[in-house]
Amino acid sequence: MPSTTQLTWRQRLSRWDVRVSPYLYVAPFFVLFLLVGMFPLLYTGWVSVHDWSLLGGKGDFVGVDNYTKVFGDQYFWVALRNTVSIFLLSSVPQVLLALVVAGLLDNELRGKVLWRMSVLVPFVVAPAAVALIFGNLFGDKYGLVNAVLGVVGIDPVRWHVDTLASHVAIASMVNWRWTGYNALILLASMQAVPRDLYESAALDGAGRVRQFLSVTIPMIRPTLIFVVITSTIGGLQIFTEPRLFDNVGLGGSDRQWQTVTLYLWELGWRIRDLGTASAVAWLLFGFITAFALLNLVLGRRLSHLHGHAHGRGLGRRRR
Amino acid sequence: MTRRPGFLVYGLLTAFVLGSAMPLWWSFVIGSHTKEIVNRDTPPLVPGGHFLSNAARVFDTVDFWKALSNSLIVSTVCAASVVFFCTLAGYAFAKLRFRGSTPLMVFVVATLAVPTQLGVIPLFILMADLGWTGTLAAVIVPTLVTAFGVFFMRQYLVDAIPDELIEAARVDGCSMIRVFWNVAVPAARPAAAILGLFTFMTVWTDFFWPMIALPASNPTVQIALQQLQSGYYVDYALVLCGAVLSTIPLLVLFVLTGRQLVAGIMQGAVKG
Repeated sequence: MPSTTQLTWRQRLSRWDVRVSPYLYVAPFFVLFLLVGMFPLLYTGWVSVHDWSLLGGKGDFVGVDNYTKVFGDQYFWVALRNTVSIFLLSSVPQVLLALVVAGLLDNELRGKVLWRMSVLVPFVVAPAAVALIFGNLFGDKYGLVNAVLGVVGIDPVRWHVDTLASHVAIASMVNWRWTGYNALILLASMQAVPRDLYESAALDGAGRVRQFLSVTIPMIRPTLIFVVITSTIGGLQIFTEPRLFDNVGLGGSDRQWQTVTLYLWELGWRIRDLGTASAVAWLLFGFITAFALLNLVLGRRLSHLHGHAHGRGLGRRRR
Repeated sequence: MTRRPGFLVYGLLTAFVLGSAMPLWWSFVIGSHTKEIVNRDTPPLVPGGHFLSNAARVFDTVDFWKALSNSLIVSTVCAASVVFFCTLAGYAFAKLRFRGSTPLMVFVVATLAVPTQLGVIPLFILMADLGWTGTLAAVIVPTLVTAFGVFFMRQYLVDAIPDELIEAARVDGCSMIRVFWNVAVPAARPAAAILGLFTFMTVWTDFFWPMIALPASNPTVQIALQQLQSGYYVDYALVLCGAVLSTIPLLVLFVLTGRQLVAGIMQGAVKG
């Protein structure tokens, strides 16, 4: 008799173990993630409807006043324009160039691994360092870019003064750091394209460029869409590059290159108005969500292959 | 594609790689000259002999040792924590059956795209209330786990562990945690290494949150870099020498583990 009771006790323990363990394993993640990830994001909405100073803390409930204030501030619209402009200048050329590089890497190269590693070198340089280096390369007075332009007879560009020029300089930082990374993602999906598709295209008389456009690109479209979505989410939050483009860090004397996240930071930590800064955070959050959902819907429509749910997330979270 | 590449392919790739290396090389060129030479009308094109003296100035200007050790601590702790907790959760999602697992996993995937960075303001208020602002804890705690890590480990472990192996271990009388420890952990090692590597790099290169949470007296490497540039007059020989110095640790890591990094990025792209 004692042996059987012991057995059932064990069985009961074992059953309890099976039932409870999975929850114990996922619990640390969910507790921590909700606490430091989701909760702050949602609580931003609560802060945004109050007077809330960096030093004085929470004040009166003000309804949508902070939002009205943001919409009435011309610098918000300037920041939104700058963000979209820098984003377009960085994502479009980047994806195109990454496609070309991936196409080049998708060959029987000698020293395959070495080539792949080589294109990834810029990814190792932190955005802060990239911003400092490019801030110098695009110097108005002694910069290398202007020196090179001078050799071909072009007048020096005022990279830190003119709006579009500053956007080009900042976008080139993003392009430089991420093109190789995206090329590798695209390469991975290119390698999954069945080789006999190329053979039959070649039999039909398609040259290499034609094969690339008519076989490769349609086949990797889901990954391509995925790359665009993730670069959207990251690109619209861009902060480090514009912040460190000059030594003042506010995005230029007329906010020529102030992005929305930089605007948010200035409101919160320079003007010390966390309430209004929170309103900006939520507006940007809504903007990004809408953009990502739109992409997702389009992506679902276009892709029939299995979903490529991530990839850029690896190193992308913050910039 | 035709599988035999010609000179054109190698030529174009070489051009791209040189373009990729150029800014880093340029940083070294400027960082190895005196500031007088840097500010001439024609910029120097080859390195000078002042890199070490500039490096010494970097260490004099900001507390670079402290910055390096802070970055090392923060990145290591976050990488270890992400690997541990995300392997644990990823394993549960990949191999264990429990009520609610599907909706919970959908939640994880959905949050992959959520820009949690936009929660900085409450995060800052929270850290201030806890009295953690200014300490490394403020930088470490927000990155103890990542949704991506759970997703990544789940994707890997689904195929990496045969169900029979888990059942066999159970039949042999292993408790659940022993199965995790003796079956899942060994199988997870390759993916865990990649996840750890990426987390380390992401935390090392992060700027936004450390800039908000840490004071000038307790910087990470990226914050120290910013301090080098923050004066009224920018001494680029100093600043770019610092940029090179800050990159050296990751370059070393890259030389040692670049192969895994490449594999991780490419795996991440296909396995999703």
